[in-house]
Amino acid sequence: MPQMTFHTPATHDEVAALLAASAGARVLSGGTDLIVQMRSGRNAPSAIIDVKQVAGMIGVRMSDSGFAIGAATPCTALLNDSALSAAWPGVVEAANLIGSVQVRNRATMAGNLCNASPAADSVPALIAAGATCVVVGPSGTREVAASDIAVAPGKTSLAPGEFVAEIRLPARPARGGDAYLRSIPRTEMDIAVVGVGVALVLDASGTCTAARIALGAVAPTALLVDEAGAALVGSKLDDAALEAMAVAVRAAAKPIDDKRGTAEYRTAMAGVLAKRVVAIAAARARNAA
Amino acid sequence: MSKIAVTTSINGDPAEFLCDAGETLLDALRVTMGLTGAKEGCGSGDCGACTVMMDGEMVCSCLVLAPEAEGKSIATIEGVAEGSVLHPVQRKFLEHGALQCGFCTPGFIVAAKALIEKNPDPSESEIRYWLAGNLCRCTGYDKIVRAVADAAAEMRQDQNSQRTAA
Amino acid sequence: MNAPVTPKAFKVVGTRPVRPDGVDKVTGKAIYGPDFVAPGMIHGAILRSPHAHAKILSINTKKAEALAGVKAVITSADFPGQESKVLAGGETSSNQRDIAQICMADGKVLYAGHAVAAVAATSEAIARAAVALIEVTYEVLPHVIEVEEAIAPGAPLLHADMYTKGVEPASDQPSNAAMCFTLARGDADAALARAAITVTGRYKTPPVHQGYIEPHACVASWNADGQGQMWVSSQGAFDIRNTTAAVLHMPIADLRVMPLEIGGGFGGKTTIYLEPVAMLLSRKAGRPVRIAMNRQEVFCGTGPAPGSVADVTLGSDADGNFVGLKVEFWSQAGAFPGSGVHSGVMTALGAYTVANAHVRGWDVVSNIPATKAYRAPGAPQIAFALESAIDDLAVKLGMDAIDLRLKNAVRPGDPGPMRLPHGAIGYVECLEAAKAHPHWSAPLGANQGRGVAGAFWGNYGGPSTAAVSLSSDGSVQVTTGNPDIGGSRASMAIMAAETLDVPYESVRVAIADTASIGYSMLTGGSRVTFATGKAVVEAAQNVRETLVSRAASLFGVDTAEVEWHGGAAHCLSGERKGESLSIGAIAAKAGQFSGTITSEVSINPLDYLPGFAVHICDSEVDPETGHVRIVRYTAVQDVGRAIHLDYVEGQLQGGAVQGIGWALNEAYVFDAEGRMENPGFLDYRMPVASDLPMIDTVLVEVPNPAHPYGVKGVGEAPIVPPLAAVANSVRHATGIRMRELPLSPDKVYAALRAAD
Repeated sequence: MPQMTFHTPATHDEVAALLAASAGARVLSGGTDLIVQMRSGRNAPSAIIDVKQVAGMIGVRMSDSGFAIGAATPCTALLNDSALSAAWPGVVEAANLIGSVQVRNRATMAGNLCNASPAADSVPALIAAGATCVVVGPSGTREVAASDIAVAPGKTSLAPGEFVAEIRLPARPARGGDAYLRSIPRTEMDIAVVGVGVALVLDASGTCTAARIALGAVAPTALLVDEAGAALVGSKLDDAALEAMAVAVRAAAKPIDDKRGTAEYRTAMAGVLAKRVVAIAAARARNAA
Repeated sequence: MSKIAVTTSINGDPAEFLCDAGETLLDALRVTMGLTGAKEGCGSGDCGACTVMMDGEMVCSCLVLAPEAEGKSIATIEGVAEGSVLHPVQRKFLEHGALQCGFCTPGFIVAAKALIEKNPDPSESEIRYWLAGNLCRCTGYDKIVRAVADAAAEMRQDQNSQRTAA
Repeated sequence: MNAPVTPKAFKVVGTRPVRPDGVDKVTGKAIYGPDFVAPGMIHGAILRSPHAHAKILSINTKKAEALAGVKAVITSADFPGQESKVLAGGETSSNQRDIAQICMADGKVLYAGHAVAAVAATSEAIARAAVALIEVTYEVLPHVIEVEEAIAPGAPLLHADMYTKGVEPASDQPSNAAMCFTLARGDADAALARAAITVTGRYKTPPVHQGYIEPHACVASWNADGQGQMWVSSQGAFDIRNTTAAVLHMPIADLRVMPLEIGGGFGGKTTIYLEPVAMLLSRKAGRPVRIAMNRQEVFCGTGPAPGSVADVTLGSDADGNFVGLKVEFWSQAGAFPGSGVHSGVMTALGAYTVANAHVRGWDVVSNIPATKAYRAPGAPQIAFALESAIDDLAVKLGMDAIDLRLKNAVRPGDPGPMRLPHGAIGYVECLEAAKAHPHWSAPLGANQGRGVAGAFWGNYGGPSTAAVSLSSDGSVQVTTGNPDIGGSRASMAIMAAETLDVPYESVRVAIADTASIGYSMLTGGSRVTFATGKAVVEAAQNVRETLVSRAASLFGVDTAEVEWHGGAAHCLSGERKGESLSIGAIAAKAGQFSGTITSEVSINPLDYLPGFAVHICDSEVDPETGHVRIVRYTAVQDVGRAIHLDYVEGQLQGGAVQGIGWALNEAYVFDAEGRMENPGFLDYRMPVASDLPMIDTVLVEVPNPAHPYGVKGVGEAPIVPPLAAVANSVRHATGIRMRELPLSPDKVYAALRAAD
């Protein structure tokens, strides 16, 4: 049996070099997906690259332009950052629905993105918030939209040697609010049957001026549903606008039947949750005014 | 096969062990160190029976690789009591009959202690959500929730009386 | 928490002392199945079938044997030949040949997860790598999962030599229906035809797992002289010993089983899976061998509770008196027969008087893991159907659901399921307590509903051995052969302390291995506090008699002139009148008498009484999503007499929550190839703490006169009512009768939309 190796690089370049050196190398940050996959035999890395020693990989930095979240920052650490929690409560909540407290003390949003599960909780919230990722690789650094990381279940757009170093969120717009809700059979410890993230902006009169609505677990990757957002823009989030939004959400949902839920149920729940999550985000936007 | 040497701290004592790259912290604790208080119920982070503290945060030790323990402080159920004096959470579990088979109990106690340290006055709902990562199949959780609430209340009272005395 | 309704004159019985094994269990010191280490032990791993049904054409183990570190490889060829023979001792019937084939497939695999070969190696990693090198060629056969398909004409047959037992005339065609069991009284069809009101429906439940958190594990050591030892966490070291010895054709006394602490069983650890495999590997390797399952192996390789289909028709007169009941029940036994059909059928006739009844149960094999006992085997499935039907009848009658049950509830002297009259049972008392409980009349919120369901469970007695011996200082050692799953050491200590009238803390309890005390049947059937408790009390009484007789001799009086109380003998007459001798003082003088005071008692009490329970459930149904949230829950049960209040309440609470899980989200899900799709705690959704409210308990005490302290078994009855109690609450909240479990959000949502 070829032996797996374990590395604790200190710089981005070292990480990229180690990843590029072996197609079977895998990034370890929280490990809550990777270790489960190793154990079940679905993933047999040749090398494990623990990125937590790399400077800047853990922690939240705020600037005028927004927030930079180190890729190895555990989900629970986001809760402790009051500025981030105030600006993007939907993102922070979504990240803190994953697994249990034990899991969230390790799990990261970047891992959630790169695991590329269609049901990842933080991903619709990140997409709705307009998050981007700083991707580092052997040929340099690029910034890509969070929605462009996953391309299929378990597959990402990252090139060999590339890894996510940082997630960036813009500063919260004035009168902006975001929220995330998911449907699970239990109250905790479940994978989303459907997840809906929304970020919207209201003007002083309460009219919606921008809205991004993203869905999880209803397609091979999380979906940004432009039509759903458009249905809200220009409205005061009245019932007709909400219904038009829900229709767009249901139309965009292309789920499958699986052990976690039927396609019919997922489609219907996408509409129900979208209405509920818009109400939460709108209340936050109004309070933020 | 070459093993990885890990230098760490377990329950406040320096510790060293050798492990493979893919070995879990849980296996290192149980097999290599002989600390079998943390249990493996699932191996996938879904039951919490392997809960330990790592640098002050509770984690499923089945979802931590053993080499990651390098330079960390690990605290396990074996270190919860101070010598032969039980921690209030341990004592309240006994007083409330909050265990039946006892297999999940070490994980619950480590998690409950972590909760009270973060939140000295947790509501029933906060206790239930904090402990949602710990499965118990025997008790229906009722007596566990009561024991944790009671332990928190006693620890608050102790702290108040210490403050008054000081 | 409610106090028991009857006052007591006991000092220790009915209190809540700390359990004697408690500190070990809150400090992580207690040694469970996966914790045990034997010097020099090596590690086993098992190759399991990926197919639900297949012929094994060949197994090539050469590459595995060649791997460095591999010490032994075995297949079914290493097992001795097995004859078909029913073994006693378990909670459900077990055939020796079937048990051996569950441990290792012989010629055919009957479920995905069926053991095919095993390896022992110097490390677990090497053992797993070796397992992957074993080459098996299969001829995949058509498989069948659901009972309705398994009994359909032309269904793939699991066992070519299986003919349905219990049908007239005898069947000459092999079938997946292993057995049919009927209980009939009066003329059910005629009575139902005459009934003023009838309700009818087909109810379905999926297979569910016991879900104990400790995976199966054992260490086995088989010596060159043929003697062996095993360290096992199980519900009964003696039955594990007997079954393993039978499968391996060993003299029973050549095998010694050391019980480890058990991390939950609920019926699932009443049989063997790993033990003969580890023994055979150990014999081949000449080393102790440890095998431990992972969670996936537990789900796919051990017995869940059977799924079920039940057709129920219940009829009453216009006043609500039950006049006729017809039940046809199919139990999804899994790969081998022996699911709880008898106890399920009896459950249908246990709680209510109905003059005309025809209840028939079928034991049906299919390509899922061989099912095993799960807390009141067979009863929750039947009670789900029957108690839902009673709820429907109450609606049609416009009657209070508890009043309807009270009108028909069995009372002492009424015929039980097997026509023998019921003894000192307490179903009426439970129903009355439920009706009087504030929960029954509390207001409900929006989208909330309230359901009630009752339960009968037969309980059991059976053989038990207990020893009580005195130390020279008068402290008391109690020894039994029953693993402590839920605080039974504390119950045994309480009963011994009460009998000897000594402090609880002066009594210590040990669970002996199979060589150190006489046989005790396993911990199951709600029997331990009753049967083993009775043995403890009898042994303690013998010790007390000896103490009195020795004290009389020391006082120089007749034993009638000695009174025992407060842990001491008191002289009532003669020169030493008024003097007393403590238990320690008498024990210290053992040398003056025939030695240490000790008593070992073996009994087989069959004067147990059934358990009755009533559960009230409030649920809230989200009309837009179908989520069912349990908002309030009360469990009422006749416990005979509660020995340790916490652990009796704990049985009620734990059983109720397992039943809530069964009702709401637990289920085996199979893919098109017959493989379990959710073999982990992520997708096999047992309740977590945040899913639940507090579980209120009411202990009704109608003592069993045949037990010195009135004990009735309490462990199993609490899982019987919740399935229907939850479904009835959903019916109340939504107006929709859901007859298929689980009541997961998608199913409830679909039912809500269908009803729109």
